[in-house]
Order: sequence, then C-alpha cells, then structure tokens
Amino acid sequence: MDWGALHTILGGVNKHSTSIGKIWLTVLFIFRIMILVVAAERVWGDEQQDFVCNTLQPGCRNVCYDHFFPISHIRLWALQLIFVSTPALLVAMHVAYRRHEKKRQFRKGDQKCDFKDIEEIRKQRFRIEGSLWWTYTSSIFFRLIFEAVFMYAFYFMYDGFRMPRLMKCNAWPCPNTVDCFVSRPTEKTVFTIFMIAVSSICILLNVAELCYLLTKFFLRRSKKAGNSKQQPNHENKEETKQNEMNELISDSCQNTVIGFSS
Amino acid sequence: MSWAFLCDLLSGVNKYSTGIGRIWVAVVFMFRLLVYVAAAENIWKHEHDEFECNIKQPGCENVCFDHFFPVSYIRLWALQLIMVSTPSLLVVFHVAYRENREKHHHQKLYKNPGKIDGGLLYTYLISLILKTGLEIVFLVLFYKLYDGFKIPRLVKCDIKPCPNTVDCYISKPTEKMIFLYFLVATSCLCIVLNLGELSYLVFKYSIKYYLKRHVKKQQ
Repeated sequence: MDWGALHTILGGVNKHSTSIGKIWLTVLFIFRIMILVVAAERVWGDEQQDFVCNTLQPGCRNVCYDHFFPISHIRLWALQLIFVSTPALLVAMHVAYRRHEKKRQFRKGDQKCDFKDIEEIRKQRFRIEGSLWWTYTSSIFFRLIFEAVFMYAFYFMYDGFRMPRLMKCNAWPCPNTVDCFVSRPTEKTVFTIFMIAVSSICILLNVAELCYLLTKFFLRRSKKAGNSKQQPNHENKEETKQNEMNELISDSCQNTVIGFSS
Repeated sequence: MSWAFLCDLLSGVNKYSTGIGRIWVAVVFMFRLLVYVAAAENIWKHEHDEFECNIKQPGCENVCFDHFFPVSYIRLWALQLIMVSTPSLLVVFHVAYRENREKHHHQKLYKNPGKIDGGLLYTYLISLILKTGLEIVFLVLFYKLYDGFKIPRLVKCDIKPCPNTVDCYISKPTEKMIFLYFLVATSCLCIVLNLGELSYLVFKYSIKYYLKRHVKKQQ
C-alpha cells in the first residue's frame, strides 16, 4: 500500500476527465508524487539526526527542532497530495453509481437499454453533463481550496519558502541562546521552491479547467435555449438526459443482443 | 505481506457495501491507510533513538522510554487499522458461503448472493457494530494509555536505575500531536459513518418489513 494504490484509484477517474484534467493528473503523478517519493523523502530523511545545536545540554536539540519544525515539510506535502487527490474520488464514486444504475436497468431488461452488454457498460465513457458536471466542478473547486490552504499554511508556518542555514534557539532547557544548524538547507530550499512552483502550475490548471467547464455549460445552455425557441418540444430534463445517453449508446451499439443470464 | 493485503480486502468488501459503506472504505483508504504509510510511519521511525534524557547513567533512558511508551502510538495505530477492517471479512465470508451453497445444490437459491437481505443483512449489521465497537475501544485505549491526546515535550522520570528525577525529552512532540489529532478525527468520522449506515439499514429494512406485513394483513 503506497502511492501506487492512489495511482490505481485516480487512473480510473482519468477516463472521464477533460483534457486539462488529464494534464493535471499527469503533473500530479510525475512532478509531485514521484518527486516526493524518489527525491524529497531522501533529502529530508536524516533531518533530525543531522540537526545540530552548539550545546551539549541534553534535550536542547529535541526542543529546538520541535520549535522550528512543528510539522516537517515532507509530511505537509504528503498531506497536501492526499487532500488534493481526494475530490477526484467524488467523481469516481459518481461514475461508479451511474454504471451501477445502468447495469440495474440492463438486468431488468429495460426497453431503453436493449443494445448493450455488460462489458460495454463497464467500458463506457460518461460525458461530463448533468449531475456529473456538478460533481466534477465541485471536485475542482475543492481541489483549488485545498491547494491554496496548504500553500498558505506552508508560507505561514515557515515564514516564506527559504530554509535558513542557522537558527537561534533559546527554548528551555537550552541554557541561553544557542546556534542550531539545519542539514542540507540549500537542497531543501531548491525542492521547496520546486514543489511550490508545481503547486502553482496545478492551481492554474484547475482554474483553467473550471473556466473551460463553465464556458461549456453556458454555451450549451444558450444553444438549448436557442433550440427550444425553434422547436417547442417541452421535453423535460430527464428525457433530454436519457436521449443524450441513448445517443451515446446507439453510437457504439452492436446489432445483436448479447444475452445476460440473470 | 504488507498493507497491500488490507488494500485487496477492502476492495473486495467494497463490492458488497451500501453507498455509505463505500464512503467508509474511501475514508479508510485515503485518510487512514495512506496517511499512515506515507507520513505517520516516518515520524515515529526513530522515536527511541531520539528520546533523550538528561543523564549519563546507562539503562536510564531505556527504562524511562519503556515506562512512558508501553506500546508505541504507531503500533497501536496499525493494530487499530487492521482490527477495524477485519469485521468486513464476515460479509465476504457469508457471500462466499452463499455462492458455495448454490454451487453445491446446482440451483439458484438466491436472486443475487451479494444483495444485502435475509441472513446477510444480520451479518452486515454485526460487522458494523463490531467495527464501531473496535474504533471506540481503541480510542479509549489511546486516551487511557497516554493520559489524554497530548504529547508533552518533557517528561520527568525517576525509575531505577535513574539515580533521581531526570528530565527526558520526546522528539517531534508537536508533529506527533498533529497526527494523533488527525487519527482521532478520522476515527470519529468512521464511527459517525458506521452509525449512519447502521441506522439507514435498520430504518430501511424495518419499513420494508412493516409494509410487507401490512400488505399480507390486507390480503
């Protein structure tokens, strides 16, 4: 169980994402999770052992380290990645729910689902419309919020994004102000700036995706309004959705009905 | 043998769960298992080496560490994760038993072996009650073993062979406390989800049962 399991879970969501969503997912996995696991964890691996204070007083080093690093960078990033990936699960659950409903309809032998087999239902790609649109958009919104909150927490906790070489500490039991030296400060600064930069890119991608989805939504609405003025058909929302789904199905349907023994 | 086994178990359970059950599985995966493996394990990795006492007396540090941490937080956390996921196995076993019966009798005994009704409903409810009970037991254990949910920076120790009261310093207390609160919060969330699922199932099936009785009476 590690980040690989997250990859499996989110990989499923990839199919139903927009193109920007797919790019976001790639950036997340390659430039954040992989960098975290392969490089950043090694850099911060020996952080407390090599945190050295200019005193022999037992306990002073522990206390100073705890004072300057309430929560380690690496843990904060791991939490940020977990929280930022979680909203995608909402989309995965919604898609699974829709698939389940379709399978139920198929098993009941519903008229609307004649030309399908279970495999096609499983492989079907849902378009981002209707309630799925709302789920998808809220997931992007939550992602943005989590990214922003973590970046702010980072900035607030560590007074900027630079790792200083030397910290002065006078917490008890240190006898007076002692000099404490952080291990590998430059390397840590480089990785911090890298992770912040990639976070910002992810925020931009999410904002772009949000704008794209909103634009698509308003365009579709104005198209529908235009269409309904020309043909006063009075289809209700459900029928419109069902018609769209049926169009999708008939696009990829086979002519023979493959029996499914219930 | 690693957490991957638990992963597979939970994925199997997901198939036979209600909607709330699936949310529970997602919470356990993302916020408990993944956080444990990716973050929490490393915080407690060198806890004994980094535990420092203000004394040169050999053995004093060992004895004090053992006194203050009879069972390490991280081990309790791992035990909790395993115990809390295990009752779901009851449901998986029951479904496997149903499918076995069908195979043995060479006929269809159940409309759908994975559907939660009849005996499987009781198994499911028992597994929910066990899960909730175990969560509460572990939370109480954490509270009682460590005097609340706080981790002090400094503990005073005067057990033999320490000559008198010595100051001992715990490493990374703030970070450990943050993750401890995270653990407690996710446990409470899981308890709420389990209780919600329990009430939903009890409510749903009692309504079904009373409606059936009502219809029968009318006939």
